[in-house]
Amino acid sequence: MSEATPNQSLFEQIGGEAAVNAAVDIFYRKVLADYRINRFFDNVDMEQQAAKQKAFLTMAFGGPNNYTGTDMRNAHARLVKMGLDDSHFDAVMEHLGGTLKELNVSDNLIAQVAAIAESTRNDVLGR
Amino acid sequence: MALKKILLDEHETVCQEGETVLEALLRDNVDIPFSCKQGACQSCMVRSLDVPPPAHAQKGLKDVLCKQNHFLACLCYPEQSMSITLGHQPEYFTEGAVIAKELLNPETVLLTIQCKDALDYYAGQFVNLKRADGLIRSYSIANSRRHAEKLTFHIRRLAGGKFSEWVHQELNVGDTISVSDPQGLCYYLPDKMEQSLLLIGTGSGLAPLAGIIHEALEHGHTGEIHLYHGSREVDGLYWIDEMRELAETYENFHYTPCVSRGDALEGVAQGRANDVAMANIPDLKGWRVYLCGHPDMVNQAKRMAYLNGASLQDIYSDAFHVASPTLD
Ligand SMILES: Cc1cc2nc3c(=O)[nH]c(=O)nc-3n(C[C@H](O)[C@H](O)[C@H](O)COP(=O)(O)OP(=O)(O)OC[C@H]3O[C@@H](n4cnc5c(N)ncnc54)[C@H](O)[C@@H]3O)c2cc1C
Ligand code: HEM
Ligand code: FES
Repeated sequence: MSEATPNQSLFEQIGGEAAVNAAVDIFYRKVLADYRINRFFDNVDMEQQAAKQKAFLTMAFGGPNNYTGTDMRNAHARLVKMGLDDSHFDAVMEHLGGTLKELNVSDNLIAQVAAIAESTRNDVLGR
Repeated sequence: MALKKILLDEHETVCQEGETVLEALLRDNVDIPFSCKQGACQSCMVRSLDVPPPAHAQKGLKDVLCKQNHFLACLCYPEQSMSITLGHQPEYFTEGAVIAKELLNPETVLLTIQCKDALDYYAGQFVNLKRADGLIRSYSIANSRRHAEKLTFHIRRLAGGKFSEWVHQELNVGDTISVSDPQGLCYYLPDKMEQSLLLIGTGSGLAPLAGIIHEALEHGHTGEIHLYHGSREVDGLYWIDEMRELAETYENFHYTPCVSRGDALEGVAQGRANDVAMANIPDLKGWRVYLCGHPDMVNQAKRMAYLNGASLQDIYSDAFHVASPTLD
């Protein structure tokens, strides 16, 4: 990935849209293969879901997005009814970190991504 | 939240929260064509006269149709009130005549329809067949492009099914039927000739796959081609001998019939077609995958193929959704 320069945004430092595209395949495979959380993805169309994973990653990478906390609540409300809790959130965080490691993103950047994702926890879990 | 009103020819329908435009119109007894309710058959296509329709309701539509604000009523959860029209449906029907009808097995009929105009389709696509009274259902084209005026279909009879029972019992050689433009994205293109192909079908899901296989072989596809055709019992399979013969003629074509219940005969694998296929071919990296037939099989196999390494853009599928989920 590109060298960090002071005036680049987090999204640019990670590699922008190209990085999202590379990450989505690895990330979605990890999520779907994980028996702890894959039931939440049972009834969603795979192509649509891949597009949503892209939205998720773009957001976590600090990229352009229009999501508000309320949007996050609404998008996951159905899942909260199905029992979505902290343990599932932690599993997703684990795959997010693992994906970025596979792509050789530096620990410093991974920590920044994790912090953004972490900031949505209460909205995602509907609290 | 503001109510979303659907205005259609001076008639106003209110779309409730969580309701699609199609559901709202049907609840209001508006006569609108539909079939799959899943965004597959495109028979419920309508056009917005004012606001652009939500993008999720335009899934699978051609660019030109999207630009003209066409959308699928069964997929559309409106974001605002809209004024729509059913008229000027872009779906074009040509006249067809049944020229042959024979049984493939006790529940599946092979129907050959001679079309007035040659259709421009890709092997694996489907058409909507329309009965004189307007009843529409989707059926996959089972032949390659070699005979573009003579289309064959494999139509499985569902107990109590309106269209399929009628085809089996009443439609005869010499009768006419309307045939729509070919549709769908599950088809074969003769590029990447060396790519390995995995095709999995259940029941009449063999129809589009047979078309794809013949097309690929006629183009001299060089990659390996593996077909797994499954049914519950041997009775539900068909073309076993034809496919075996094809496998003997073409070195790169391999065929495995599968039954999920009951005893398998010699040369028939025991188990569900997608399970047998994935067990035999655990690494699908770089493969192109075609999945047709029962929606549950298609969904499961899609996920398995993806997890086994196939990339999403290399997975093509047609789930044979029926209006009510009793197909098995
Ligand atoms: C893209 C696509 C391609 C397809 N290709 C093929 C193909 O190549 N070959 C093929 O055979 N099929 C194919 N199908 C399926 C086909 O379009 C029809 O859905 C199928 O033939 C059933 O239609 P029908 O009118 O006979 O049944 P319908 O009348 O639609 O009924 C479907 C089932 O629901 C039951 N049912 C209906 N009403 C009720 C009720 N009120 N209560 C309880 N049960 C009810 C019926 O008994 C029946 O079992 C395809 C579908 C799609 C979407
Ligand atoms: C880490 C914080 C998370 C963020 C930032 C996030 C972000 C998103 C975004 C942006 C969408 C798309 C919304 C839309 O446009 O419709 C989405 C949808 C979805 N998310 Fe998350 N998500 C998070 C955690 C989770 C977790 C823990 C799960 C389950 C284990 C999950 C499962 C889903 C599912 C299944 C959908 C699709 C919902 C649907 O289509 O009905 N997400 N998420
Ligand atoms: S696409 Fe809407 S009913 Fe089939």
